[in-house]
Amino acid sequence: MTSATADERLNDVGLVRRLLIRPELGAVVGAIVVFAFFAGQSPVFRSADGIANWLDPAATLGIMAVAVALLMIGGEFDLSAGVLTGTSGLVLVTLATRYGFNVWLAMAAGLVVALAIGLLNGLMVTRTRLPSFIVTLGTFLMLQGLNLGVTKALTGTVQVSGLARAPGYEGARAVFGGTIMVGGTGFRVAILWWLLVTAVATWVLMRSRAGNWIFAVGGNDVAARAVGVPAGRTKIALFMTTAFAAWLVGSIAALRYTSVQANIGIGQEFIYIIAAVIGGCLLTGGYGSAIGASIGAVIFGMADKGIVFLNWNADWFKFFLGAMLVLATLANRLVRRYAEEVKH
Amino acid sequence: MKRTLIAIALAGALAGCSGGGGAAGESASPPAAGSSAAQPATAEKYAVITHGAVGDSFWDVVKNGAEAAGKQYGVTVTYQGDGDPGKQSQLIDQAVSEKVDGVVVSMANPDALKEAIGKAVAAKIPVVTINSGADSAKAFGAITHVGQSEEVAGRGAGEQLKAAGVTKLLCVIHEAGNVGLDQRCKGAEATLGGTVERLQVDVSNLADVTSKVTAKLQSDKAVNGVLALNPAVAVAARDSIKDSGSAAKLATFDLSGDVVGAIKAGEILFAVDQQQYLQGWLPITFLHLYKTNLNTVGGGLPVNTGPGFVTKDNAEQVAKLAESGTR
Repeated sequence: MTSATADERLNDVGLVRRLLIRPELGAVVGAIVVFAFFAGQSPVFRSADGIANWLDPAATLGIMAVAVALLMIGGEFDLSAGVLTGTSGLVLVTLATRYGFNVWLAMAAGLVVALAIGLLNGLMVTRTRLPSFIVTLGTFLMLQGLNLGVTKALTGTVQVSGLARAPGYEGARAVFGGTIMVGGTGFRVAILWWLLVTAVATWVLMRSRAGNWIFAVGGNDVAARAVGVPAGRTKIALFMTTAFAAWLVGSIAALRYTSVQANIGIGQEFIYIIAAVIGGCLLTGGYGSAIGASIGAVIFGMADKGIVFLNWNADWFKFFLGAMLVLATLANRLVRRYAEEVKH
Repeated sequence: MKRTLIAIALAGALAGCSGGGGAAGESASPPAAGSSAAQPATAEKYAVITHGAVGDSFWDVVKNGAEAAGKQYGVTVTYQGDGDPGKQSQLIDQAVSEKVDGVVVSMANPDALKEAIGKAVAAKIPVVTINSGADSAKAFGAITHVGQSEEVAGRGAGEQLKAAGVTKLLCVIHEAGNVGLDQRCKGAEATLGGTVERLQVDVSNLADVTSKVTAKLQSDKAVNGVLALNPAVAVAARDSIKDSGSAAKLATFDLSGDVVGAIKAGEILFAVDQQQYLQGWLPITFLHLYKTNLNTVGGGLPVNTGPGFVTKDNAEQVAKLAESGTR
């Protein structure tokens, strides 16, 4: 009889624990707080139109944040991810408009280039054992120069445009850059890609052997190798995943705006990391979630657009944005700490 | 995880339900007569969305102009700026969902903004384009364009520099994504008759601008003219000329208090002034007149705010105005 009551108590705590120890829980609470804050003050923010507005930046940011989160759980950074979105877009638009490639073929070429850069990042990090922060910082600068240099050499200006006239554009745009009407409001197709990427990444992390490997190499690289985890290959695959996401986001932007500027994506790499961290990733690796990163992107999107909806003076915009992010991250931390107390 | 998703779905659903309210059906048709214009009771709202970074000295004057016009007419004016055309078009989308009475957009990258502007036009929201993108304004459905033809202004600068004896010119480009800057250099190239070399710098890192221009002047002694395309860059380039001991003549596009001071001191030869205050003031005026009186200016032809030249002769008068943020 006494043992039965003990079991009951254990079961009870187990249920609460299962919910609380999820890394994304803090982000969910943060997202609800941020949503309530803006929705309470701006009717447009909570209208269907408004939601479509702030889901738009959240979607492309979310795709990147999920890939970057996987990489961070695996214990590495990729600072070249932002500029790589520009590189992929530039390859796509340049091949399609200057060399008469079909848009689909140009996209495939962009994917090959992006994956090659991801592979290069991965190889450099795993072979040289240099910190990925430095290696990808180098890639970041090189790509930035390459984007501008090649664009200027080929076009004489700083942007390539005219993608709308390339063969295969309409179809590719519908799939990657179009809008879907839901009850009279246009939502971006990118939102579906974002949900798909989040779902796949979550499945890989939680349900596949590769997911275990990712947590293992990020948690303790040496121990992971000792028990036979292919650490090098796992990390290279993670860099290539980030590159794939950058290609997807770069292509979505290129197809939507039909032109790409040579300086696009610079500075975005930190936003990806911020979104992943808001979503519960640790900067030290080994802990985090894909859904969390997605919610981090939603928080960022809501703050980014919500501030505009509230008509706060643009001069102060970055201040408020920074403050929102710190608050969201703090809320996240508090919840996680509480969760850890419950856990023990 | 499942709970997370449910929570998000719930939040979304709640938001969807409680929306609907919206603004009280602003009709695109203007009131019967212009007589209501003086009453500030009308909640007219205009959104100014530029490609200038917030805090940029040039765009701050545009912002001042737009806000001053808003105050003058008793209408609400909001100002946003983002150099990323993707983000800029998201801001336009946002203004459309807020059902503003008019949108003012600068088009450094017209292609990328086409869709967002199209949406505004489709929603019967009048659009005035400013600064860059004059060629696309009409095709996109803007009621007019307010700005300065970059190439024409560049030509003007080239002529003046030629008269000052410049044969080899360094054209300092400070925003990698802006086509208009390249057109200015091209314009100067067309009238200068000498060689024009372009130098790429980053306007958000002025120390780097100074060192890059210095390096260029030191390595190529034949350069006897520098054309800056932004006032902050001009001040940085002035320091470069001093540092390198070069005798190069310096000219710039656009004004700031510092630039006017340097013109008075003879350090800068002249500034091409596009009087960007007007690019904030006039669009709000035009949109307000369109809204209340259905006026369009010049049948949609571009309205030129420049070029004007500020030289040593008129710098004194302009100096006071520049310091108060209207020139």
